[in-house]
This record gives sequence, C-alpha cells and structure tokens, in this order.
Amino acid sequence: MNLNESTAHELLGLIKEKKTTPEAVHISVKKAIELHDPKVKAYVRVDHDKARPTSRANGKFPIPIAIKDNICIKGREVTCCSRILEGFKPPYNATVIEKILEAEGILIGQANMDEFAFGSSTENSVFGPTRNPWNTKCVPGGSSGGSAAAVAAHEAIWALGSDTGGSIRQPASFCGIVGLKPTYGRVSRYGLIAFASSLDQIGPLTKDVTDNALLLNIIAGHDHRDSTSVNVPVPDYTKSLTKDLKGLKIGIPKEYFIEGLDPEVKFAITAAIELLKKSGVTFKEISLPHTEYAVATYYILATAEASSNLARFDGVQFGQRFQPAAPRKTPIVDMYEETRDRGFGKEAKRRILLGTYSLSSGYYEAYYLRAQKVRTLIKNDFDLAFSELDAILTPTSPTTAFKIGEKSDNPLAMYLSDIYTISANLAGIPAISIPCGFSKDGLPIGLQILAKPFAEEMIFRIAYSYEQSTDWYKRKAPLN
Amino acid sequence: MIFETIIGLEVHLQLNTNTKIFCGCANLFGKESNTLVCPVCLGLPGTLPVLNQKALSSAIKIALALNCQVNPYIKFDRKNYYYPDLPKGYQISQYDLPVASHGWVEIPDKQAGAPSDHRVKRINIKRAHLEEDAGKSIHDQTLNASLVDYNRTGTPLMEIVSDPDLRCAQEAYDYLTTLKLILQYLNVSDCDMEKGSLRCDANISIRPLGEQKFGVKAEVKNMNSFKAVKMALEFEENRQRQLLLSNQRVVQETRLWNEEKGMTFPMRSKEEAHDYRYFPEPDLVPFMVRESMIEEIRASLPELPHAKLERFLKEYQISEYDAQILIQDPTLSGFFEECVKRTSMIKKVCNWLIGPVLQELNLRKVNIQQIGLQTQELVNLIDKVEQGVLSNLVAKDVFKLMLDTGKTVDTIVAEQGLTQVSDDSVLEKIVEEIINDNEKVIAEIKQGKTSAMGFLVGQAMKKTQGKANPKKIGDLIKRRFENG
Repeated sequence: MNLNESTAHELLGLIKEKKTTPEAVHISVKKAIELHDPKVKAYVRVDHDKARPTSRANGKFPIPIAIKDNICIKGREVTCCSRILEGFKPPYNATVIEKILEAEGILIGQANMDEFAFGSSTENSVFGPTRNPWNTKCVPGGSSGGSAAAVAAHEAIWALGSDTGGSIRQPASFCGIVGLKPTYGRVSRYGLIAFASSLDQIGPLTKDVTDNALLLNIIAGHDHRDSTSVNVPVPDYTKSLTKDLKGLKIGIPKEYFIEGLDPEVKFAITAAIELLKKSGVTFKEISLPHTEYAVATYYILATAEASSNLARFDGVQFGQRFQPAAPRKTPIVDMYEETRDRGFGKEAKRRILLGTYSLSSGYYEAYYLRAQKVRTLIKNDFDLAFSELDAILTPTSPTTAFKIGEKSDNPLAMYLSDIYTISANLAGIPAISIPCGFSKDGLPIGLQILAKPFAEEMIFRIAYSYEQSTDWYKRKAPLN
Repeated sequence: MIFETIIGLEVHLQLNTNTKIFCGCANLFGKESNTLVCPVCLGLPGTLPVLNQKALSSAIKIALALNCQVNPYIKFDRKNYYYPDLPKGYQISQYDLPVASHGWVEIPDKQAGAPSDHRVKRINIKRAHLEEDAGKSIHDQTLNASLVDYNRTGTPLMEIVSDPDLRCAQEAYDYLTTLKLILQYLNVSDCDMEKGSLRCDANISIRPLGEQKFGVKAEVKNMNSFKAVKMALEFEENRQRQLLLSNQRVVQETRLWNEEKGMTFPMRSKEEAHDYRYFPEPDLVPFMVRESMIEEIRASLPELPHAKLERFLKEYQISEYDAQILIQDPTLSGFFEECVKRTSMIKKVCNWLIGPVLQELNLRKVNIQQIGLQTQELVNLIDKVEQGVLSNLVAKDVFKLMLDTGKTVDTIVAEQGLTQVSDDSVLEKIVEEIINDNEKVIAEIKQGKTSAMGFLVGQAMKKTQGKANPKKIGDLIKRRFENG
C-alpha cells in the first residue's frame, strides 16, 4: 500500500517503528497531488517548499494536512476562493494553524471551497469546481469540498474544514470519509474567515474515526482570542474509542425520514441501525418537531451574519480594489460598488442581499428576530431529546453526490442538500459523518451521529464501534 | 409667540483605559498615524474581538456615578455602515440593552432664582452604552486623496444620552460642565474636547410654550468646546424661531456648526435615511456581570462633586463661591483638605488657593499635583505672613520662587534675605530719610491732605524692596506728624 493511502495513526506507528519517515510520507502525498489533482482540483495552492518535516519527536504529528482556504496561515495568500481577497496574505496564524504547527504538522496546501463557504458543492469557487474522487462527473459536496476530496483522493492524510450548516459533514459523506463538526466553542475560530459567526466551527476531515479523534485532540481547546470558545477541558478523544456500546440509547428522528430521502441512503441507514443493535444499542423513534423550520431559520440567520461579516471586503485595506471606468456617484461609493460587484461571485451576492434584507428596519422582527426564536426552539428539541438519549442517528445528506451543474441553477434545491446537517449548527451540538455504504453507482453514503454539547467522546465511541464492524471506510476511490 | 426650547445631548466619551476596547493595542492620543494598530482593530479577516474588562468597569463606574440602573446582562450589537475609517464595515456598540439607563445629574436651576439659593434641576440620563471608536479620515488637499489613520479605531467610548430635559443653551452648557466634572472625579477620561476625548452632539427643537408635542428637531454636530455648544444652540434656537415666525417649517436634518461664521449649516451629504441594521454581535457572547463586581465598583467610587460641595460648606464654613472653585478641580480640593489638616487658618488657605495658587496653575497649565508643591510648604508660607515675617506682596514672589526652584519657604527667605524688617530703630531711620526727601508732600500733609500718607508708606516699601513692615512704617510716619 502506498504511504499516502494510509491513515495518520498508521503512519505515526510506522514512523515510530522507523519503518518509514515523515519525508517519505511527504513525498508520497506530493506525488499523489501531482498525479490526481489536475483531475480532482482539490487544492487551490500547494506549497511543497514550505512543507518540510522538522522532527520525529513523540507526541508530534509530522503528517501532511490540507487546510481549507478560509483559515489564515501567516504570510500565505488566503482567499476564501473569492476574487475579492486575491493577494491577501494575513500577518497572523489562525489558532488551529498554530496548534498544527506546534504539533509539527505539514501544511501541504490550501483546499478549494465554495466562495466564502457559500455552497454545498464547491462549484462556487473562483478557481472552478473540485471533482469527487469517486466519480469526477460529480461534486465532492461543500463547502469544504476541496478538503474532503483531497483526503478521499489520498492527496492529503487528513484535512481541516469549516462547518456552518454541514460544510464538513456533507462533503465527508459525498467523498466517503469521516468529518466532524465539533461543539460550537470547542475549537477556536480565531483566524477562520467568518461566514456566520454564531454557526461556524472548524473541524477535522479524516480517513477514519481514530484519525478524527487524533486531529480533534490537536485543534480543540479554549482560546483567549475567541470569546465564543468555551473553557471546557479537552479529553484525549482516542481514549473512549474502544468502549463498548452496551446500554446506549440512540434516537431516530422521524422528521429525517421523509420524502426526498433517497431510498438507497435510507437502506444504508437502516442497515447501520441493525448493525448497531447487535452492539447492544437500543434505538427509539423520536420527534424533533421544529426540524422542518431549520433550513429557513438557517438561511435567515446565516445570511444576516454573513452580510455583516463580509462588509469588511470593501477594497479599502486589503484584497482587490476596483474603480469604474467612468465616475458614477462619489469616488468612494464608486469604489465600493465596483469592488464588491467584481469581487464577489453570484452566490455571495445573493446571500449578502438576503442577509441585508432580513436585517433591514421593518423586516428585522419578521425575519431575523423570529428566526432567532425558532433557533431556540430547535435547540430545545435537542435538549429534550438528549435528556433521555446518548445520541441521535440520521442520514448526513438526503442523497449521494450529485452531478456537477445539476443544482447550480436552483439555489433552493442546493440549500435542501443541507437539510439534515443544519440543525446541529443551529443547536451548537457536535455531529459526525461516517461512511455507511455505497450506492449502486458506487457513490459513498454518510451516516450522521449527533450528541449533546461537548459529547464528542460519545460520538467517537459510537462511530468507532460502527466503523470497526464494517469496511466501508477501507474502500479507496477508483482514481487510476 | 413664546417658544420653548427642547434640547437633548449626546456625549461621546473616550475612556482612558491602557488598551483598546477589543484588542491589546495601546490607547493613546497623538502618536504617529497607524502605529497603534493590530489585526484585530484593523478588522482583518478572521480576527475576533475580546472585551477589555477595564473598559467595562469604567462604564459601570460612570453608570453608578450618574445614578443609572446598571444592566448586568452585557450584550453587544453590530451597527452596520460603510465608511473607510470603519474597518469592519460595522461598529461594535450596544443597541437595545445599554450597560446603563435611567440616570440623572443635577444642574443649577438658574430660572428658579439666584444661584446661591441652592435650587437644582434634575436632567435625566436616558442611557449610556459602550462602543468602539472609529478611525480618522483625513482629506488631504495636496495629495487630492483621502487617508485613514486607524490609531483611534477601537478606543473605548461611552455614549451618554440625556433625555430632552434641557430648556436653553445655558442649561446645556451647565449640564456639560456638571457631567464633565463628575467624569473627571471618576478619572475615567481626559474629558478633553480639543483632543476629541469628549465630543458632544445636540438635538434641538422648539415648540410654542404649552404645546405638548415636540417640534421637528435638528441634530447639531461639529462643536469643539462647551462654549461652541452653547453658541450653536443659541444660533439654532433663533434660526428655528425665525422659521416658525415666518410660517416656514423646520426640516429634520443634521447640521454642522461653523465656528468662524458662527452659524450652523446643513450637512452636505444625504446620509439621512441610514438603516444601521443592528443585530446582536455574535463574536461576543452575552454574559452577566456579577452583583459583587458592581458593588465593588460602587464602593470604590470617589466622593462626587455635589457631595464634596455640601461637605465643604458644612465642614469648613467657607463661602459657596470659594467652595465651588475648590471643587472644580479634585486635585485642588484634595490639596485644600490636606492643608487645613495642618493649620486652623482655613479662610487664609482658601484665599491662597483660589488666589495666587490657582493663578499660577492656570498660567503654567498644570494641576496642583503636577506642580510638586507640598501642603506643609504652603502652610509655612501662610504662617510667615501671619507672623509678620513676610508681607503679602513678598510672599507671592516667594511662592513663585518655590514653584520655580522647588526650594522651601525657609530656604528662599534665608537666601534672598527677605525677612520683613520690623526693627523700630531701622525703620525710624528709613522714615527719617523719606521725610527729608519729600518736603513737598510733607507740606501737603500738614495742610490736611492726609491721603498722601500712603505715598510715603509706598516710598518706604520701595526703599526696602518690600521688606519693611508696612503697618509699622505707617504708624511711625503718623507718630512723626502727631509729634510735630
């Protein structure tokens, strides 16, 4: 087996046993990028020169990692895959990058994404779409599609993404890998270029559950630079993996098994439930009554925050600045308008407009405020459910990966592809997607496990137990 | 027709915390452009604000001193608008839940009678909230470009909004003076309008006396001193009155005070219909201030000006006029209290402080703490005058020398040989000389022009360079005439 096709924990074992070296791993990943990325286009920037392994000390992780292009790396261009940020080189590292560097991780490259994380297919990137390694006619999901595709194509051992409404879990599901959205506040957002501040969370995309727990160990923790990060101790997430599942209670929300759910996905989930039952898990059908409002609530709150978060991209301090050929209004207004008109893509403009609208005087109460109230109701649904459950199990996405271009003209259909993932962001709870089968067309299917805030250990425990009794996660994308 | 004027003031106060409100940059004025900045206050992508707890305690301090209710639920909101000096495209402020509300200050009620009759008028404070200051745009004529200095960006600001309780420009002036004094006592701000650490905008409207509905208001900006606020409001009051008297309407608008022309003008840009799209700042989680923290701050509040005034009147039996002057400067009133611990001559200390001392302080543009004068030294100086060792005139010169050199009274008196001459034999000789030198005046006195006696005393003082005891000289001269 090629080194690049291994997991991080396998590689760390090999390095420790001196059966390989970080340099060899690095070279193997580099080769995979050269070989596959012209087709997959997972990366927007590959930085081999700066990615030199430095140490083999214990407790260090000299493993090549792909970083989503919305996480700041000091001195390197970061664009959120938008024209407006072209040329922006932040003079600081995101906290997660500092932690990765402290662990001697290797920043191998920056991964493609939907512009400012606006999308579920990685088609909304100024650099063009990323392709799904399982079928290059299909999207990898999004917005962390580049990160997911890089891992699935073994062009990275693992990756960081960000998840605002499913942007880690849905591409993980589409690409047949493991993706976790941690509890809101578990991982520092400092240095993550914000989409929707109250929903965004950085998380790991990995080939298996063990790697996911390892990478979360590295990036989790309180950060005094992020007031929304929570000061809760970080356990060793790998410790709880092997605990058995006897006596655990998992809920199956009936609202998630409705029209629009692909029968193949439904079948895979049902099979997973049966398998978990054998491990001693009891399942219970539950109701999360406000589920049907999640998508609407999300698109009001997320776009409202985005409209404000993206106001700083005005051409004054950084990124691109454009001035119209002929003056229209005042020089400053002309500059703002031309910069933002030419700098932002279509979906970014759509979301800025939506958000601006819902915050406007006269509409605020009917939209933003009401959505905040519904958000509380959705959170209450989960609180109530978790008062008697250890976890909730659902599909990650109603379908497998769709074709490139299939939904690009229908934003509403695209938005619905996040229907099962959005609620976890609204409630601030952790959720993982793990491979649970394949469609007849050979596309991966994802299973989502949700738990109460800071119960990542419970999620990993269930996910690991399931993973170990299947071999979905061992299949390799047919990329040759 | 008789009109009633309605004024409400918005005061923006820069807090004198060491660092900015949401980052660790130094909070200083007058440094080289764009040197006090970091990724956070520049609003670079991915950065996040973290609240400076010192700014919050200053805000609570102000709230308590202005008799406000303190809202223990601290929440921030975003005020969205585009301007180059606002790097994030929004200002972090407080919208629906300000840290303070429902407070008041008392100003002298001049309409109720003479100021000495102690009547006060209560001006309600509607709200006071914390926010961040914006940067400074500079429109450079020679470069024909707009430049931005972000040093000021993120300076903690407290916006203090009064109710429309002020009824004339003088009341607005008195309100500002009262407010500034309280804030100076709290030591939360430089309160310097010239440096922009205290800024004031005014809302003013007029209505026929007896009318309940408010008239259409104008917002007046760009006043750089309390005096300018008063003049602008007087101008605006008059402008609106003229409009109404000539059957025209007042337009709701923002007007700028032009100091040179002494007039207000409508702001050129049409930014009236601003929709700031306020919403809760998601980067700062709301939190509760502990009751114990509020109580700690309450207990640490200094004595405030009105309380000090009352106490001075009662405790020291000085005039209200004197007390008012002393309390205008907390360092001066503190110095006064230290002095009177060391001497029983309260009135003398008071006279010295509000006389020569204050004169020198104003001249040197410093406060009493900065000038390095020991209370005991001032008491010694006053003692010297009382003992007849120094004349008042010489004592004032000695005082200046003390400030210039930092030397003690005794040292200066010894070095300069300034001891007042009271020795009769020495003085007799001087009087003798003067009488011999001024025959013409003597003749006049003998003819009954006794007022010329003062001239002779003056001559004696001149001759001794002020060292002669003037009372003794006078007595000696008088005796000479009585004797013959």
